[in-house]
Amino acid sequence: MPPGISTSDFYYILPELVLTAGALVVLIADVLLPRERRSALSWVTLAAVGATLASLLPFTSTHVEVAHGLLAVDRFALFFKIVFLVAAAITVLMSVRYLAIEGASPGEYYFLILCATLGMMVMAGGIDLITIFIGLETMAVSFYILAGFIKPNQRSNEAAVKYFLLGAFSLGILLYGMSLMYGLSGTTNLRVMATSFGAMAGDSRLALAVILVVAGVGFKIAAVPFHMWAPDVYEGAPTPVTAFLSVGSKAASFAMLIRIFVEGLPSASEDWRLLFWVLSIATMTVGNFAAVTQTNVKRMLAYSSIAHAGYVLIGIVAGTSRGITATLVYLMVYSFMQLGAFAVVVMLRRADVVGDELKDFSGLASRNPFAAFAMLLFMLSLGGIPPTAGFMGKFWLFSAAIDAHYYWLALIGVLNSAVSLYYYIRIVVFMYVKKETLGSEPTTSPTLAVVLAVAVAATLVLGVYPQLLFNVAAASARTLGAAGATAALR
Amino acid sequence: MVPLNYYLVLSAMLFAIGTAGVFVRRNLITILLSIEIMLNAVNLTFVAFGRALGSADGQIIVFFVMTVAAAEAAVGLAIVIGLFRHRESLNPDSWTALKW
Repeated sequence: MPPGISTSDFYYILPELVLTAGALVVLIADVLLPRERRSALSWVTLAAVGATLASLLPFTSTHVEVAHGLLAVDRFALFFKIVFLVAAAITVLMSVRYLAIEGASPGEYYFLILCATLGMMVMAGGIDLITIFIGLETMAVSFYILAGFIKPNQRSNEAAVKYFLLGAFSLGILLYGMSLMYGLSGTTNLRVMATSFGAMAGDSRLALAVILVVAGVGFKIAAVPFHMWAPDVYEGAPTPVTAFLSVGSKAASFAMLIRIFVEGLPSASEDWRLLFWVLSIATMTVGNFAAVTQTNVKRMLAYSSIAHAGYVLIGIVAGTSRGITATLVYLMVYSFMQLGAFAVVVMLRRADVVGDELKDFSGLASRNPFAAFAMLLFMLSLGGIPPTAGFMGKFWLFSAAIDAHYYWLALIGVLNSAVSLYYYIRIVVFMYVKKETLGSEPTTSPTLAVVLAVAVAATLVLGVYPQLLFNVAAASARTLGAAGATAALR
Repeated sequence: MVPLNYYLVLSAMLFAIGTAGVFVRRNLITILLSIEIMLNAVNLTFVAFGRALGSADGQIIVFFVMTVAAAEAAVGLAIVIGLFRHRESLNPDSWTALKW
């Protein structure tokens, strides 16, 4: 055993080990199974995700640093790991029929989904620049390949190249910021860094590092003006990948953002709060106004997801424990409604029809009432209409902003929600009012029905009875920081 | 011994050159090379800081950055080849299937 690593460290990373083993099992099973039975791989993948979820159970109240402060195993990481694993499971269920239609081989696909999930889990737990960076890249490289997975499709190829170029570019910026953080503090551990930055508030070199890291992270969460890649990648990538990208990658990047800024740079909080304040307003406004003009539903959902990154940033700007709690709640709620909306788009995909244009939704209510109702619910939830989960999430975000005296931010957020209703309702109008059925016939499958049922149930239950989620998120936000107290928070 | 600031200025210049290359150049391979220059500027910063601080962390990160950069280059070139089969061009301006 090398010095500095103990057996207990391996116990604490049990969920990550289980997921890694699951990913390898998928790869091996891909080789061993005959070609016509490879669709069974989705069940192997689901089993791996389920086993990982089960292996999280012993750590519900753990609060330790593993391997000399490389990873933190705490409730904050746990909360995000649950979000990632649930999103991964839903993505796998969505992919079964999609892969069959596209004729893509499922083995590498599911392996890469699990690898991306593994990277996200490391990002959420990482409290050291090295682990955060490795987790980020494990996730990003998997997503580069997944975005271009449908090789004969030129749109998928273009999406992959654009995502790769801007992802690698943003990585360079983020790493340069990290190198300055390391140089100024002499450590790579975020919690030690916070202490040594304590005396450096207002230092211009620290401000430069903060700006670079904000830009790097801004690319990953697709905040304006670093959002250019998102609409193209979301439109071109295979729909289940888009769904996972817009939920998992975004949540993981926010986990990374909170770890870096709240845990590592509390002394520069004036700087990054101001930057995120500007980014939040720009992101919400540009995202919503650009979404209004879109006729492709995947592209519209991409701009909507950009706008939602802006809403979530409100919680970060507020920076109170209430703000961080609202951020966690919103990311969980957003996962379900966003995945659900993409599941409906997957339903419209048929062998000869892409099914992601707005006109494909026309008359959906008469052709498939359940799918139309589900989409209606997700649109209302994304728009923030009660009694859906989206309303509760937005309510907490805006109230956290008001609580922290960011009145303008809350006001602009509310106005933006009003703008967003325009394009969400437009889909509903196409589904319920338009009678012509030009679009493709939606094809249901049992797995897609399960996805929709889960997403609908979560959107409704979390909207009507949100207290449990709020309490769990609040308990998770409290575990940030070395002492377990929210010393890092205002 | 060469002072720390010399290294930092050099790496800042390298980083600026790489960033400019990403924006100015109109060939995918050159853009990839520019990104590599950016990552190597980062590596130089890490190593210079590590040496000045007398800690090994900087060098350890550089090993990870190099490994990841290699993985990224492998994946990136594979993706570029996939696109080239459709397009027969490495100019980003010719990608029109998606609105840029």
